[in-house]
Amino acid sequence: MSHDATASAPAIDWAGALKDAFFTTLVLVAILGPFIGLLTVQNMEHQLVLETRGWLLAAFVGLIVGGRFLLKILVWNRPAKQKGAPFALSPRVERAAAPFFIGLLFAFPLMILGTLGAGGSIKWIDNFGIQILIYIMLGWGLNIVVGLAGLLDLGYVAFYAVGAYSYALLAKTFGFSFWMLLPIAGILAAMWGIILGFPVLRLRGDYLAIVTLAFGEIIRLILINWVDFSGGYAGISGIPRPTLFGIPFTAADNGFAATFGLEFTPIHRTIFLYYVILALALLTAYVTMRLRRLPIGRAWEALREDEIACRSLGINTTNTKLTAFAIGAMFGGFAGSFFAARQGFISPESFTFMESANILAIVVLGGMGSLWGVVIAAVALVGGFELMREMDFLKLIFGSDFDPTQYRTLLFGFAMVAIMLWKPRGLISTREPTAFLKESKAVSGSLVKEGHG
Amino acid sequence: MEVFLQQLINGITLGSIYGLIAIGYTMVFGIIGMVNFAHGDVFMVSAFIAVITFLALTTWLGVGSIAIVLLICLVVAMVLTSVWNWAIERVAYRPLRGSFRLAPLISAIGMSIFLSNFVQVTQGPRNKPVPPILKDVIVLVQSEVYPVTISYKQIMIWLVTVVLLAGFWYLVQKTPLGRAQRACEQDRKMASLLGIDVDRTISLTFVMGAALAAVAGVMYMAYYGVVSFSDGFTPGVKAFTAAVLGGIGSLPGAVLGGLLIGLIEVFWSAYFTIDYKDVAAFSILVVVLIFMPQGILGKPEVEKV
Repeated sequence: MSHDATASAPAIDWAGALKDAFFTTLVLVAILGPFIGLLTVQNMEHQLVLETRGWLLAAFVGLIVGGRFLLKILVWNRPAKQKGAPFALSPRVERAAAPFFIGLLFAFPLMILGTLGAGGSIKWIDNFGIQILIYIMLGWGLNIVVGLAGLLDLGYVAFYAVGAYSYALLAKTFGFSFWMLLPIAGILAAMWGIILGFPVLRLRGDYLAIVTLAFGEIIRLILINWVDFSGGYAGISGIPRPTLFGIPFTAADNGFAATFGLEFTPIHRTIFLYYVILALALLTAYVTMRLRRLPIGRAWEALREDEIACRSLGINTTNTKLTAFAIGAMFGGFAGSFFAARQGFISPESFTFMESANILAIVVLGGMGSLWGVVIAAVALVGGFELMREMDFLKLIFGSDFDPTQYRTLLFGFAMVAIMLWKPRGLISTREPTAFLKESKAVSGSLVKEGHG
Repeated sequence: MEVFLQQLINGITLGSIYGLIAIGYTMVFGIIGMVNFAHGDVFMVSAFIAVITFLALTTWLGVGSIAIVLLICLVVAMVLTSVWNWAIERVAYRPLRGSFRLAPLISAIGMSIFLSNFVQVTQGPRNKPVPPILKDVIVLVQSEVYPVTISYKQIMIWLVTVVLLAGFWYLVQKTPLGRAQRACEQDRKMASLLGIDVDRTISLTFVMGAALAAVAGVMYMAYYGVVSFSDGFTPGVKAFTAAVLGGIGSLPGAVLGGLLIGLIEVFWSAYFTIDYKDVAAFSILVVVLIFMPQGILGKPEVEKV
């Protein structure tokens, strides 16, 4: 059996499979029955009444049980395959892929513009290009805290909010420009990173996660309730847009279109914003890569692997953790002020825990510490999220009242669990050492201990 | 004085609900060292099951007696929520046991998002109001300005909480299952060497946590009379705060912490401002974790190399 696995497939255990199917049916009816089989609706007198959806329940249960049964008799009874080496981009491929990828990013808006024309391309550049780049940047920023320093932060959106509100309030109150406020927003967010980081230095792992979550919620609740300061639920609107060396993107005589003798279209601003966020994101990646080679970056990674060993070797863990929080928060602040400038309107709605979970999911699903992983995960999650909005053809299958956007978050949660089960260390789990003898080799993620600190 | 008494009554009621949820957090953390992020949403699911059972009993079967309706709701919600949590543990957490530490937490966050959206998609995003039940109150202190009252609902919540906690306490302290559980908590490897089925014990821990969360869910439905798909997150975080405040891993601590959080929240709303009541709860979490991470009744954590 060992030398020829295909010829000697074990006999199918029909009785066991049927028993399993029966048991699965029972469990599914118990857990799905009340939710899919019954529907609570309000009648004309605003009272709740129940409606039955027996066929839907039967369809769901049948589908899942049938699928599981097939898997059981066809796939799961085979002898386990030898696990291959984890998927890894070799350093050579990475080095060659990076310029190609960056070139593609720079060319993206022009390519879209060329194929779809000025009218149709705004949506694609804005919803896909800018949106994904914001999340890539946030992912790279959080990657410093979670991926490099191993500090699990569930409240990263707080720094995003600090950046957004600092830009919005300072620009509206004092009339400073975007380019002046961008560093200020970054500094303010970094300060908040230190303020919030300081008390949680002693905490580890899950505790740290929950406290950062609490901080994120506190900041959001304050933004909601301190109406004089932040406008409460209504948020802040009319936030000034960024300019190109003082040239605004408006239809006015001193606007961008008039200055360069072009016909005014809103696409100019969209493309400009695209390049701004692209530059900011690349800055984040560049800084991260350089920091990994500095003593502080090495201290972060050492801290992630073993905090006690770090302390024993005389690394100042306080400073190491605080710099990680501060630098991670700074990039969150940059992204936040860009977000405020792009939207022109912000409200606490944009800074919920869901956002933090999104960003963390991008980092962890991509593979902690891997810049490429963040890119892949952000494109897949955010792009997939946006793509569901475009899937009108599903209406033809499921009827005209089918709204795919309703299922986005549901699928998102499902994908998070599924990817964790499939690859607990993320899509790219290898890491490239920054210090090595003779040649650099990728190290499998299962050999490192990340996440214990 | 009247205000104080009234808020004390309300606070203990709210605290009982938090305490019941907190036990689920504290037991799971004690046995596998993981923050079960989806537990708040399991509580929400149980409240929905309660609403659906309530409607089925009153509108379809026409059961008139409110006591019987609530009792059946309680039993159905406890059983079905236990099956839910058992299935969740089986699907989303068990395969990740022994994996690196963040994996179960991320999986739990994904599960939490999945559960609340599953309920939203299948039952609709609107609030689900049920007709008010047990509206009568007993006036404790007669006063022109501010009569102090305790409702039958509140008495019921206190009674059910006390009875179930006593039963649960017996289960953990006196039965073989409870012994196995405490053994797994101390040393999982040693317990399995001594013939304890660790997987089964962990599954039963999730089942017990879910059953108590279901009690809280039924009480929540009866007390507030309205349930929404987003009701899991905030009570979940507050119950976790309660578990941490009482000392995570300690069962009496969870109940004590729940009562304290309920009282603090109610008094904060009564004497300061209602807007910041959630800020107060979250700030307590932060302060407790920073200054006494072992909580009130917890054991200090020893750092092992």
